[in-house]
Amino acid sequence: MALQDKYKTLIDTAKSAGVSNLQVREQNGVLYIDGDAPSGRVKDQLWDSYGKIDPDFRGGDLVLNVDAKAEAGTKVKVVTKSSNLNIRKGPGTDQPIVGKAAHDEIITLVSKSNDQWWLVRTPDGEEGYSYAQYLEPVN
Amino acid sequence: MKQKIAKALLLFPAVVLFSFFMTGCKSKVKDADVETSVNSELRNNPEFSAVTVSVKDGVATLSGEVKDEATKSAAASEAKSVKGVSSVNNNISIATVSTAPSVEITADDPLTALAKDAVKDNPGVVATVNDGVVTLTGEINKADLPKLMQKINALKPRKIENKLVIK
Repeated sequence: MALQDKYKTLIDTAKSAGVSNLQVREQNGVLYIDGDAPSGRVKDQLWDSYGKIDPDFRGGDLVLNVDAKAEAGTKVKVVTKSSNLNIRKGPGTDQPIVGKAAHDEIITLVSKSNDQWWLVRTPDGEEGYSYAQYLEPVN
Repeated sequence: MKQKIAKALLLFPAVVLFSFFMTGCKSKVKDADVETSVNSELRNNPEFSAVTVSVKDGVATLSGEVKDEATKSAAASEAKSVKGVSSVNNNISIATVSTAPSVEITADDPLTALAKDAVKDNPGVVATVNDGVVTLTGEINKADLPKLMQKINALKPRKIENKLVIK
């Protein structure tokens, strides 16, 4: 319970911002918060809230896994810091690069092969796998 | 003299029978009372709220459900301590744990590969994995830390140890 108190503002934000499938579980001294954020903005809000409680993320007592929910067939935006996003032949950084998507470019999410790697297609027709953490749904 | 003995012999079974019926009646009343006492004793502890008791010939039989083995034996000793209980027949069952599903943790081999992918864009950072715990060492710019943490948090690790030097 103590951890839920520590991260209360974060949990409250998740609830009020409409995170779906929200699960808050404490196990062996670590709090696990999972769910689907309605948008990238809500995900950022949650991370801001986490950063206020633990500025350097050093507590080692929280695993916050709340990503913006994106559906296959919808458009997603490339949210790299500034660089291009690699599009690879397969899901993994060991896979050859087959294309690039520009920072802030809107591309199509074809399917989600797993939580980390999504199959995408650029407007030029380049298709391959990109790292999901650099993609956000376009609302 | 003989008559007296005969009388006594006649009286004897009567006394035996009488006392048998008397104790029979007495123990019936007593069992119900003991049952009430045991019940009120158990009701003092909310952990025993799902425990039921029946007493027959001084033997208290406990049934129902409690959360664990310790509570089960505690209920028995509680019942045993009630006056009139000669022994306890402990038929209490332990409730099956019905907590939320346990947290899914990625196994070390896939987690190691995933963590390697996750730190790829942060050349100064090394991620090591041991029993689901991802330990981050090396250096990072403060501005890059949240994004890296988001990536690692999404891998379903058991825990994240951030030992990065933040510049």
